[in-house]
Amino acid sequence: MTTISMTVNGKAVSGEVEGRTLLSSFLREGLGLRGTHIGCETTQCGACAVHLDGQLVKSCSVLAMDAAGASVTSIEGMANGDGSLSVIQAAFQEHHGLQCGFCTPGMVMATAALLKVNAKPTETEVRHYLEGNMCRCTGYHNIVKAVMAASGQDVSAIAAE
Amino acid sequence: MHNFEFVKPSTVADAVKAMAGSGAQALSGGQTLLPTMKARLAAPAVLVSLTGVAEMKGVCMGDDGLSVGAATTHATVAAEARKSFAGLANLANGIGDPAVRNRGTIGGSLANNDPAACYPSAVLAAGATVHTNMRKIAADDYFQGMFTTALKEGEIITSVTFPVPHKSAYVKFNQPASRFALTGVFVAKFANGVRVAVTGASNNGVFRWKEAEAALSANFAAGAVAGLVVSPKDMINDLHGTAAYRANLVKVLTKRAVDAAS
Ligand code: FES
Ligand code: FES
Repeated sequence: MTTISMTVNGKAVSGEVEGRTLLSSFLREGLGLRGTHIGCETTQCGACAVHLDGQLVKSCSVLAMDAAGASVTSIEGMANGDGSLSVIQAAFQEHHGLQCGFCTPGMVMATAALLKVNAKPTETEVRHYLEGNMCRCTGYHNIVKAVMAASGQDVSAIAAE
Repeated sequence: MHNFEFVKPSTVADAVKAMAGSGAQALSGGQTLLPTMKARLAAPAVLVSLTGVAEMKGVCMGDDGLSVGAATTHATVAAEARKSFAGLANLANGIGDPAVRNRGTIGGSLANNDPAACYPSAVLAAGATVHTNMRKIAADDYFQGMFTTALKEGEIITSVTFPVPHKSAYVKFNQPASRFALTGVFVAKFANGVRVAVTGASNNGVFRWKEAEAALSANFAAGAVAGLVVSPKDMINDLHGTAAYRANLVKVLTKRAVDAAS
Protein backbone atom coordinates (compact mmCIF):
# COMPACT_ATOMS: atom_id res chain seq x y z
CA MET A 1 0.00 0.00 0.00
CA THR A 2 1.10 3.51 -0.81
CA THR A 3 -0.21 6.76 0.59
CA ILE A 4 -1.40 9.24 -2.01
CA SER A 5 -2.68 12.79 -1.67
CA MET A 6 -4.89 14.86 -3.89
CA THR A 7 -7.42 17.65 -3.69
CA VAL A 8 -11.01 16.49 -3.79
CA ASN A 9 -13.78 19.07 -3.95
CA GLY A 10 -11.35 21.69 -2.76
CA LYS A 11 -10.13 19.76 0.28
CA ALA A 12 -6.70 18.18 0.65
CA VAL A 13 -7.17 14.44 1.22
CA SER A 14 -4.90 11.42 1.45
CA GLY A 15 -5.32 7.70 1.75
CA GLU A 16 -3.77 4.30 1.21
CA VAL A 17 -4.06 2.65 -2.19
CA GLU A 18 -2.70 -0.30 -4.14
CA GLY A 19 -1.42 0.05 -7.69
CA ARG A 20 -4.69 -1.30 -9.00
CA THR A 21 -6.96 0.93 -6.92
CA LEU A 22 -9.21 2.88 -9.27
CA LEU A 23 -9.91 6.54 -8.71
CA SER A 24 -13.60 5.59 -8.35
CA SER A 25 -12.74 3.13 -5.55
CA PHE A 26 -10.53 5.68 -3.83
CA LEU A 27 -13.38 8.21 -3.86
CA ARG A 28 -16.06 5.76 -2.77
CA GLU A 29 -14.28 3.44 -0.38
CA GLY A 30 -11.26 5.48 0.58
CA LEU A 31 -13.03 8.78 1.12
CA GLY A 32 -16.62 7.63 1.57
CA LEU A 33 -17.81 9.82 -1.32
CA ARG A 34 -20.39 7.43 -2.69
CA GLY A 35 -22.09 9.91 -4.97
CA THR A 36 -19.75 8.74 -7.71
CA HIS A 37 -21.63 5.69 -8.96
CA ILE A 38 -20.29 2.52 -10.53
CA GLY A 39 -22.52 1.25 -13.30
CA CYS A 40 -20.26 -0.82 -15.49
CA GLU A 41 -16.68 -0.26 -14.34
CA THR A 42 -15.64 -0.79 -17.96
CA THR A 43 -15.60 2.78 -19.34
CA GLN A 44 -19.03 2.46 -20.95
CA CYS A 45 -21.72 4.08 -18.82
CA GLY A 46 -20.32 7.34 -17.44
CA ALA A 47 -22.01 6.98 -14.02
CA CYS A 48 -18.58 7.38 -12.44
CA ALA A 49 -17.69 10.61 -14.26
CA VAL A 50 -15.72 13.22 -12.31
CA HIS A 51 -13.54 16.15 -13.26
CA LEU A 52 -9.81 15.49 -13.04
CA ASP A 53 -7.84 18.73 -13.18
CA GLY A 54 -10.93 20.29 -14.74
CA GLN A 55 -11.49 17.62 -17.37
CA LEU A 56 -14.31 15.13 -17.59
CA VAL A 57 -13.05 11.56 -17.05
CA LYS A 58 -14.52 8.22 -16.13
CA SER A 59 -13.08 7.60 -12.68
CA CYS A 60 -13.37 3.82 -13.06
CA SER A 61 -10.80 4.11 -15.84
CA VAL A 62 -8.17 6.15 -14.06
CA LEU A 63 -5.82 4.67 -11.49
CA ALA A 64 -5.90 6.44 -8.14
CA MET A 65 -2.10 6.64 -8.16
CA ASP A 66 -2.16 8.28 -11.56
CA ALA A 67 -4.40 10.97 -10.07
CA ALA A 68 -2.10 11.60 -7.12
CA GLY A 69 -1.44 15.32 -6.77
CA ALA A 70 -4.36 16.20 -9.00
CA SER A 71 -7.49 18.15 -8.26
CA VAL A 72 -10.72 16.16 -8.48
CA THR A 73 -14.30 17.37 -8.43
CA SER A 74 -17.03 14.81 -7.80
CA ILE A 75 -20.79 15.25 -7.53
CA GLU A 76 -20.37 16.07 -3.83
CA GLY A 77 -18.55 19.21 -4.91
CA MET A 78 -21.27 20.45 -7.24
CA ALA A 79 -23.78 22.02 -4.84
CA ASN A 80 -23.47 25.69 -3.97
CA GLY A 81 -21.41 26.66 -0.93
CA ASP A 82 -24.54 26.99 1.22
CA GLY A 83 -25.66 23.48 0.33
CA SER A 84 -28.38 24.57 -2.09
CA LEU A 85 -28.55 22.91 -5.51
CA SER A 86 -26.37 24.34 -8.26
CA VAL A 87 -28.01 25.62 -11.43
CA ILE A 88 -27.39 22.29 -13.19
CA GLN A 89 -28.68 20.19 -10.31
CA ALA A 90 -31.75 22.40 -9.94
CA ALA A 91 -32.46 22.09 -13.66
CA PHE A 92 -32.33 18.29 -13.42
CA GLN A 93 -34.80 18.43 -10.53
CA GLU A 94 -37.07 20.97 -12.21
CA HIS A 95 -37.24 19.16 -15.55
CA HIS A 96 -37.45 15.65 -14.16
CA GLY A 97 -34.01 14.83 -15.56
CA LEU A 98 -33.70 11.90 -13.19
CA GLN A 99 -35.82 8.88 -12.51
CA CYS A 100 -33.93 6.39 -10.33
CA GLY A 101 -31.03 8.83 -10.18
CA PHE A 102 -28.31 6.27 -10.76
CA CYS A 103 -26.82 7.96 -13.82
CA THR A 104 -27.41 11.46 -12.48
CA PRO A 105 -24.04 12.16 -10.85
CA GLY A 106 -22.31 11.34 -14.14
CA MET A 107 -24.88 13.32 -16.14
CA VAL A 108 -24.37 16.37 -13.93
CA MET A 109 -20.57 16.14 -14.20
CA ALA A 110 -20.78 15.74 -17.98
CA THR A 111 -23.19 18.66 -18.23
CA ALA A 112 -20.87 20.88 -16.21
CA ALA A 113 -17.98 19.92 -18.49
CA LEU A 114 -20.05 20.63 -21.59
CA LEU A 115 -21.29 24.03 -20.43
CA LYS A 116 -17.74 25.05 -19.62
CA VAL A 117 -16.69 24.68 -23.26
CA ASN A 118 -20.06 25.40 -24.88
CA ALA A 119 -22.23 27.74 -22.84
CA LYS A 120 -25.28 27.51 -25.14
CA PRO A 121 -25.24 24.10 -26.80
CA THR A 122 -27.86 23.04 -29.31
CA GLU A 123 -29.96 19.99 -28.58
CA THR A 124 -27.86 17.98 -31.04
CA GLU A 125 -24.66 19.09 -29.36
CA VAL A 126 -26.04 18.06 -25.97
CA ARG A 127 -27.02 14.62 -27.22
CA HIS A 128 -23.63 14.22 -28.85
CA TYR A 129 -21.72 15.28 -25.76
CA LEU A 130 -23.66 12.92 -23.51
CA GLU A 131 -22.80 9.98 -25.76
CA GLY A 132 -20.68 8.40 -23.04
CA ASN A 133 -23.37 8.61 -20.36
CA MET A 134 -26.01 5.90 -20.23
CA CYS A 135 -29.33 6.25 -18.44
CA ARG A 136 -30.72 2.81 -17.71
CA CYS A 137 -34.11 4.42 -17.08
CA THR A 138 -33.75 5.80 -20.63
CA GLY A 139 -34.83 9.22 -19.46
CA TYR A 140 -32.81 10.95 -22.12
CA HIS A 141 -35.37 13.48 -23.34
CA ASN A 142 -35.75 15.10 -19.94
CA ILE A 143 -32.02 14.92 -19.32
CA VAL A 144 -31.41 16.84 -22.54
CA LYS A 145 -34.12 19.30 -21.56
CA ALA A 146 -32.50 19.80 -18.15
CA VAL A 147 -29.11 20.46 -19.76
CA MET A 148 -30.64 23.00 -22.14
CA ALA A 149 -32.44 24.68 -19.25
CA ALA A 150 -29.25 24.74 -17.19
CA SER A 151 -27.61 26.64 -20.04
CA GLY A 152 -30.29 29.31 -19.68
CA GLN A 153 -32.15 28.45 -22.88
CA ASP A 154 -35.88 28.32 -23.30
CA VAL A 155 -36.96 24.69 -23.22
CA SER A 156 -40.71 25.15 -23.50
CA ALA A 157 -40.60 23.96 -27.11
CA ILE A 158 -38.69 20.76 -26.31
CA ALA A 159 -41.12 17.92 -26.00
CA ALA A 160 -41.15 15.94 -22.78
CA GLU A 161 -41.65 12.43 -24.03
CA MET B 1 -7.58 -6.74 -11.92
CA HIS B 2 -4.39 -8.34 -10.65
CA ASN B 3 -2.22 -6.02 -8.66
CA PHE B 4 0.99 -4.51 -10.03
CA GLU B 5 3.69 -2.09 -9.12
CA PHE B 6 2.89 1.42 -10.36
CA VAL B 7 5.60 3.82 -11.44
CA LYS B 8 5.20 7.28 -12.91
CA PRO B 9 8.38 8.68 -14.46
CA SER B 10 8.52 12.27 -15.62
CA THR B 11 11.02 11.88 -18.47
CA VAL B 12 11.30 9.54 -21.45
CA ALA B 13 14.71 8.41 -20.17
CA ASP B 14 13.24 7.33 -16.82
CA ALA B 15 10.29 5.68 -18.54
CA VAL B 16 12.67 3.65 -20.70
CA LYS B 17 14.56 2.55 -17.59
CA ALA B 18 11.34 1.51 -15.87
CA MET B 19 10.26 -0.43 -18.96
CA ALA B 20 13.45 -2.51 -18.84
CA GLY B 21 12.19 -4.53 -15.87
CA SER B 22 10.56 -7.88 -16.56
CA GLY B 23 6.78 -7.80 -16.93
CA ALA B 24 6.74 -4.04 -17.41
CA GLN B 25 4.02 -2.47 -19.52
CA ALA B 26 3.54 1.14 -20.56
CA LEU B 27 0.27 2.79 -19.56
CA SER B 28 -0.92 5.85 -21.40
CA GLY B 29 -4.51 7.07 -21.00
CA GLY B 30 -5.61 3.60 -19.91
CA GLN B 31 -8.90 3.65 -21.79
CA THR B 32 -8.10 0.31 -23.41
CA LEU B 33 -5.43 -1.19 -21.18
CA LEU B 34 -7.31 -0.79 -17.89
CA PRO B 35 -10.48 -2.51 -19.17
CA THR B 36 -8.24 -5.22 -20.63
CA MET B 37 -6.57 -5.71 -17.26
CA LYS B 38 -9.92 -5.75 -15.48
CA ALA B 39 -10.94 -8.59 -17.76
CA ARG B 40 -7.65 -10.25 -16.79
CA LEU B 41 -6.58 -10.41 -20.40
CA ALA B 42 -3.39 -8.63 -19.33
CA ALA B 43 -1.59 -8.76 -16.01
CA PRO B 44 1.64 -6.77 -16.10
CA ALA B 45 3.91 -6.90 -13.06
CA VAL B 46 4.87 -3.24 -13.43
CA LEU B 47 2.77 -0.51 -14.96
CA VAL B 48 4.74 2.48 -16.21
CA SER B 49 2.44 5.48 -16.47
CA LEU B 50 3.41 7.89 -19.24
CA THR B 51 0.88 10.54 -18.24
CA GLY B 52 3.52 12.50 -16.34
CA VAL B 53 6.02 12.75 -19.20
CA ALA B 54 5.62 16.36 -20.34
CA GLU B 55 8.01 15.99 -23.30
CA MET B 56 5.62 13.45 -24.84
CA LYS B 57 2.67 15.84 -24.93
CA GLY B 58 1.55 18.49 -27.37
CA VAL B 59 0.94 19.23 -31.04
CA CYS B 60 3.27 21.40 -33.11
CA MET B 61 3.94 22.17 -36.74
CA GLY B 62 7.51 21.59 -37.94
CA ASP B 63 9.42 21.18 -41.19
CA ASP B 64 8.45 17.50 -41.53
CA GLY B 65 4.79 18.13 -40.84
CA LEU B 66 2.54 18.04 -37.83
CA SER B 67 4.21 16.47 -34.83
CA VAL B 68 1.97 14.97 -32.14
CA GLY B 69 3.45 13.83 -28.83
CA ALA B 70 2.55 10.22 -28.10
CA ALA B 71 0.94 11.07 -24.77
CA THR B 72 -1.30 13.74 -26.31
CA THR B 73 -4.97 13.07 -25.69
CA HIS B 74 -7.56 12.76 -28.43
CA ALA B 75 -9.26 15.90 -27.09
CA THR B 76 -6.05 17.90 -27.46
CA VAL B 77 -5.44 16.66 -31.00
CA ALA B 78 -9.06 17.45 -31.88
CA ALA B 79 -8.60 21.02 -30.66
CA GLU B 80 -5.06 21.74 -31.78
CA ALA B 81 -4.94 20.08 -35.20
CA ARG B 82 -8.24 21.66 -36.25
CA LYS B 83 -6.65 24.34 -38.41
CA SER B 84 -3.56 22.52 -39.62
CA PHE B 85 -4.94 19.02 -40.32
CA ALA B 86 -8.73 18.93 -40.11
CA GLY B 87 -8.97 15.28 -41.18
CA LEU B 88 -6.89 14.23 -38.20
CA ALA B 89 -8.72 16.55 -35.80
CA ASN B 90 -12.08 15.17 -36.89
CA LEU B 91 -10.88 11.61 -36.46
CA ALA B 92 -9.66 12.40 -32.94
CA ASN B 93 -12.94 14.11 -32.14
CA GLY B 94 -14.87 11.00 -33.10
CA ILE B 95 -13.06 8.50 -30.88
CA GLY B 96 -15.10 7.17 -27.95
CA ASP B 97 -16.86 9.93 -26.03
CA PRO B 98 -15.73 13.20 -24.41
CA ALA B 99 -14.48 11.55 -21.20
CA VAL B 100 -12.53 8.92 -23.14
CA ARG B 101 -11.05 11.60 -25.39
CA ASN B 102 -9.77 13.44 -22.33
CA ARG B 103 -7.67 10.40 -21.34
CA GLY B 104 -6.96 8.24 -24.38
CA THR B 105 -3.81 9.04 -26.36
CA ILE B 106 -2.50 8.59 -29.87
CA GLY B 107 0.53 6.66 -28.64
CA GLY B 108 -1.64 4.22 -26.73
CA SER B 109 -3.85 3.67 -29.74
CA LEU B 110 -0.88 2.99 -32.02
CA ALA B 111 0.97 0.75 -29.57
CA ASN B 112 -2.12 -1.38 -29.08
CA ASN B 113 -3.07 -1.40 -32.79
CA ASP B 114 -6.58 -2.66 -32.22
CA PRO B 115 -8.04 -3.74 -35.58
CA ALA B 116 -10.96 -1.34 -35.00
CA ALA B 117 -8.91 1.62 -33.76
CA CYS B 118 -9.24 4.89 -35.70
CA TYR B 119 -5.72 6.37 -35.45
CA PRO B 120 -3.83 3.66 -37.36
CA SER B 121 -5.73 4.61 -40.52
CA ALA B 122 -4.61 8.26 -40.29
CA VAL B 123 -1.02 7.30 -39.62
CA LEU B 124 -0.92 4.88 -42.54
CA ALA B 125 -2.86 7.08 -44.97
CA ALA B 126 -0.73 10.13 -44.22
CA GLY B 127 2.47 8.10 -44.45
CA ALA B 128 3.40 9.35 -40.99
CA THR B 129 6.56 8.51 -39.09
CA VAL B 130 6.38 6.88 -35.67
CA HIS B 131 9.19 8.11 -33.41
CA THR B 132 10.28 5.93 -30.50
CA ASN B 133 12.98 6.18 -27.88
CA MET B 134 15.17 4.10 -30.23
CA ARG B 135 14.36 4.99 -33.84
CA LYS B 136 11.97 6.31 -36.45
CA ILE B 137 9.58 3.86 -38.06
CA ALA B 138 7.71 4.56 -41.31
CA ALA B 139 3.98 3.87 -41.07
CA ASP B 140 4.27 1.30 -43.86
CA ASP B 141 6.65 -0.72 -41.67
CA TYR B 142 5.01 -0.06 -38.33
CA PHE B 143 1.70 -1.93 -38.61
CA GLN B 144 2.22 -5.67 -38.80
CA GLY B 145 -1.23 -7.16 -38.25
CA MET B 146 -3.93 -7.20 -35.59
CA PHE B 147 -2.50 -6.00 -32.26
CA THR B 148 0.96 -6.39 -33.79
CA THR B 149 3.46 -3.62 -34.47
CA ALA B 150 7.16 -3.15 -35.17
CA LEU B 151 7.70 -2.07 -31.54
CA LYS B 152 10.24 -4.10 -29.63
CA GLU B 153 10.05 -5.10 -25.99
CA GLY B 154 10.48 -1.99 -23.86
CA GLU B 155 10.30 0.42 -26.80
CA ILE B 156 8.15 3.51 -26.24
CA ILE B 157 6.49 5.67 -28.90
CA THR B 158 7.44 9.26 -28.17
CA SER B 159 5.73 11.12 -31.04
CA VAL B 160 4.22 10.82 -34.49
CA THR B 161 4.98 13.16 -37.38
CA PHE B 162 2.32 13.57 -40.06
CA PRO B 163 2.98 15.00 -43.51
CA VAL B 164 -0.11 17.18 -43.89
CA PRO B 165 -2.25 16.25 -46.93
CA HIS B 166 -3.83 18.91 -49.14
CA LYS B 167 -7.15 17.27 -48.52
CA SER B 168 -8.16 14.49 -46.19
CA ALA B 169 -11.07 12.93 -44.37
CA TYR B 170 -11.83 9.97 -42.17
CA VAL B 171 -15.23 8.35 -42.32
CA LYS B 172 -16.21 5.42 -40.14
CA PHE B 173 -19.26 3.27 -39.82
CA ASN B 174 -19.99 2.85 -36.13
CA GLN B 175 -20.84 -0.51 -34.68
CA PRO B 176 -24.16 0.68 -33.25
CA ALA B 177 -23.79 -0.76 -29.73
CA SER B 178 -20.14 -0.20 -28.87
CA ARG B 179 -19.65 2.80 -31.20
CA PHE B 180 -16.30 1.32 -32.23
CA ALA B 181 -15.50 1.64 -35.91
CA LEU B 182 -16.99 -1.37 -37.63
CA THR B 183 -14.93 -0.18 -40.57
CA GLY B 184 -13.25 3.17 -41.17
CA VAL B 185 -11.45 4.72 -44.13
CA PHE B 186 -8.93 7.56 -44.15
CA VAL B 187 -8.27 9.24 -47.49
CA ALA B 188 -5.29 11.60 -47.84
CA LYS B 189 -4.57 13.57 -51.01
CA PHE B 190 -1.00 14.80 -51.47
CA ALA B 191 0.62 16.64 -54.37
CA ASN B 192 2.20 13.39 -55.54
CA GLY B 193 -0.78 11.08 -55.09
CA VAL B 194 -3.52 9.76 -52.86
CA ARG B 195 -3.23 7.27 -50.01
CA VAL B 196 -6.17 5.30 -48.65
CA ALA B 197 -6.01 3.35 -45.40
CA VAL B 198 -8.71 1.07 -44.04
CA THR B 199 -9.25 0.07 -40.42
CA GLY B 200 -11.69 -2.37 -38.87
CA ALA B 201 -12.06 -4.51 -41.97
CA SER B 202 -9.16 -6.88 -42.43
CA ASN B 203 -8.01 -9.81 -40.33
CA ASN B 204 -4.54 -8.40 -40.90
CA GLY B 205 -5.34 -5.05 -39.29
CA VAL B 206 -5.10 -1.65 -40.95
CA PHE B 207 -4.15 -1.78 -44.65
CA ARG B 208 -3.74 0.42 -47.72
CA TRP B 209 -6.25 -0.02 -50.50
CA LYS B 210 -3.80 0.38 -53.34
CA GLU B 211 -6.29 0.05 -56.23
CA ALA B 212 -8.29 2.96 -54.82
CA GLU B 213 -5.09 4.95 -54.36
CA ALA B 214 -4.24 4.53 -58.04
CA ALA B 215 -7.77 5.38 -59.18
CA LEU B 216 -8.03 8.43 -56.90
CA SER B 217 -4.55 9.65 -57.81
CA ALA B 218 -5.72 9.79 -61.42
CA ASN B 219 -9.10 11.32 -60.58
CA PHE B 220 -9.92 12.49 -57.07
CA ALA B 221 -13.67 11.91 -57.21
CA ALA B 222 -15.91 9.41 -55.44
CA GLY B 223 -16.91 7.95 -58.79
CA ALA B 224 -13.32 6.94 -59.49
CA VAL B 225 -13.60 3.91 -57.18
CA ALA B 226 -17.08 2.90 -58.37
CA GLY B 227 -15.77 0.20 -60.68
CA LEU B 228 -13.35 -1.33 -58.15
CA VAL B 229 -14.11 -4.55 -56.32
CA VAL B 230 -12.96 -5.23 -52.76
CA SER B 231 -12.44 -8.91 -52.07
CA PRO B 232 -14.08 -10.25 -48.88
CA LYS B 233 -11.18 -12.68 -48.54
CA ASP B 234 -9.33 -11.99 -45.26
CA MET B 235 -12.01 -9.55 -44.12
CA ILE B 236 -13.22 -9.79 -40.53
CA ASN B 237 -16.34 -11.90 -40.27
CA ASP B 238 -18.17 -11.60 -36.95
CA LEU B 239 -21.62 -11.11 -35.48
CA HIS B 240 -21.46 -7.38 -36.21
CA GLY B 241 -20.84 -7.76 -39.91
CA THR B 242 -19.93 -10.40 -42.46
CA ALA B 243 -16.77 -10.31 -44.53
CA ALA B 244 -18.80 -9.34 -47.60
CA TYR B 245 -20.54 -6.55 -45.68
CA ARG B 246 -17.21 -5.13 -44.56
CA ALA B 247 -15.76 -5.41 -48.06
CA ASN B 248 -18.67 -3.36 -49.32
CA LEU B 249 -18.26 -0.84 -46.51
CA VAL B 250 -14.65 -0.24 -47.57
CA LYS B 251 -15.85 1.03 -50.92
CA VAL B 252 -18.83 2.98 -49.58
CA LEU B 253 -16.77 4.69 -46.90
CA THR B 254 -13.96 5.49 -49.32
CA LYS B 255 -16.46 7.30 -51.54
CA ARG B 256 -17.86 9.18 -48.56
CA ALA B 257 -14.36 10.12 -47.40
CA VAL B 258 -13.48 11.49 -50.85
CA ASP B 259 -16.69 13.54 -50.82
CA ALA B 260 -15.95 14.78 -47.31
CA ALA B 261 -12.28 15.55 -47.91
CA SER B 262 -11.29 19.14 -47.24
S1 FES C 1 -18.69 2.89 -14.02
FE1 FES C 1 -17.18 4.02 -15.04
S2 FES C 1 -17.98 4.20 -17.02
FE2 FES C 1 -19.41 2.89 -16.05
S1 FES D 1 -32.33 8.06 -14.04
FE1 FES D 1 -32.14 5.96 -13.74
S2 FES D 1 -30.34 5.51 -14.78
FE2 FES D 1 -30.75 7.49 -15.41
